[in-house]
Amino acid sequence: MLISLKNITHIYQQDKPVVALDNINLDIKKKEFIGLVGHTGSGKSTLVQLLNGLIKPTRGQVEIENVDITTGEVNLKKIRQKIGLVFQYPEHQLFEETVYEDVAFGPRNLNLAPEEIRKRVKDSLGLVEMDFSKFKDRSPFNLSGGQQRRVAIAGVLAMNPQVLILDEPSAGLDPRGRDQLINLLYHLHHELEMTIILISHRMEEIARLATRVIVMDHGKLVLNGTPAEVFAQREKLQQLALDLPQITEILYRLKKKGFNVRTDIFSISGAAREILNEIRRKNPC
Amino acid sequence: MRRVKYRYRNLDEPALKNINLSIEAGDFVAIIGSNGSGKSTLAKLLNVLLLPTEGEITVDNLNVNNEDHTWEIRQKVGMVFQNPDNQLVATMVEDDVAFGLENLGIPGSEIRTRVDRALKMVDMDGFQRSAPHKLSGGQKQRVAIAGVIAMEPDCIVLDEPTAMLDPQGRKEVMDTISFLNREKNITIIYITHFMEEASKADEVYVMHRGNIVKKGIPAKVFTDIEDLRKINLSVPVAVKLAENLREKGLSVPEVLTVDGLVDCLC
Repeated sequence: MLISLKNITHIYQQDKPVVALDNINLDIKKKEFIGLVGHTGSGKSTLVQLLNGLIKPTRGQVEIENVDITTGEVNLKKIRQKIGLVFQYPEHQLFEETVYEDVAFGPRNLNLAPEEIRKRVKDSLGLVEMDFSKFKDRSPFNLSGGQQRRVAIAGVLAMNPQVLILDEPSAGLDPRGRDQLINLLYHLHHELEMTIILISHRMEEIARLATRVIVMDHGKLVLNGTPAEVFAQREKLQQLALDLPQITEILYRLKKKGFNVRTDIFSISGAAREILNEIRRKNPC
Repeated sequence: MRRVKYRYRNLDEPALKNINLSIEAGDFVAIIGSNGSGKSTLAKLLNVLLLPTEGEITVDNLNVNNEDHTWEIRQKVGMVFQNPDNQLVATMVEDDVAFGLENLGIPGSEIRTRVDRALKMVDMDGFQRSAPHKLSGGQKQRVAIAGVIAMEPDCIVLDEPTAMLDPQGRKEVMDTISFLNREKNITIIYITHFMEEASKADEVYVMHRGNIVKKGIPAKVFTDIEDLRKINLSVPVAVKLAENLREKGLSVPEVLTVDGLVDCLC
């Protein structure tokens, strides 16, 4: 198993203890694309920080390729190279004078040969669709917000992680920036066969990308299944104050009004076809 | 705004090139545009956080270039930003909401009344003594809005106030905005990347590379799907689905929302 969480409980000790994660058991296989959803404070960010050893659980084991990383003997630097984490608003962490230096920062710490570093910087800027020769010498601080976000993501990709975790990567991006990001994640998953864990409040993204959706509430896993299975739990999601993808919402409402349509379709053209077929069935002419 | 241009000191291309607009009291205007189109710059000009490089801006007939008017304009035009954590400064909700008022030298009893009234308006009554960092994103953003309301502004400019919020938080903020506009007649200028949110405004302005390239009621703006795509924007999902159905030969009227589409199909 690539990632295995066993009986994880995490308690933040402030003025009074807060249970952030409550007895979590979860296995993630290679090449899965996990969509992690839940309202603010449900435990998503705590969960992903456990996975690369940024925090240690109060109780339980975090196993990466069957090695428990919560014991003292594990080299966390290696774990963090294997499991890349893109934080919320990662562009706030850009600090170097040029785009090149910023993306090269992680690989340099791996003591790689200069030509390997250069190759990695070039490849990862290519992945995020930033032209290498055009941008390498620019200051990251004179780029647009969307471009800064892509440079920050390139910095994590340059570590060649096996697993990529992203916490709300599309927040604040314009529609085109969001589409580019979705295409990037699709590419990383399908072509480069990376394992991806995506935290997002945008159910459209989750429905289009994820192979498995995990819903968290009050530190517990409350739903766990394919997008079709999870988004079929409409009442449950509403109780948790979560949205359905809008396309699913439309199909549900039509079904309620007597349309015989499937509700597990997440593409616009697929939904249109389904609706049209039903309308033609009803009024054959 | 008349022929307004704004150029940042270290950039060649002006952030705003030639902006002409007039917004009436009580309007609810949404501004959409890709990252870097000039939306946030425009917002900052409206309450004198920036001054125009060229052109003229008046707020309630007060010219922003006249320094004597700066504070009066800032009192009339309140601002709410994307990240609630950067806007809340005090350790208790009521102190946060009172912050601006204390700076104006308003007497204590009046502050009390205004703070309580503002919290009621954003549906956060009862949270007076809570710690802001323990609130949800939507609650924090509503406290930030209360801090602005307590100043009794005529207009509130919100720059992507829901970008960091979960669906519940987004809904809370949108409901609050609608209430303030409809019931309290506060003018709203709402910047967003969520096309579904923009479709709730009375009027939508579309910005591209420092200019307003389109404006109109949402039903009109969001029907020019190709135009919007060209400038990296999108349309609400219901509009996309309606378009797709039309392409497949079904006659569907122009709709904006999920409700609208479902109604016309049934």
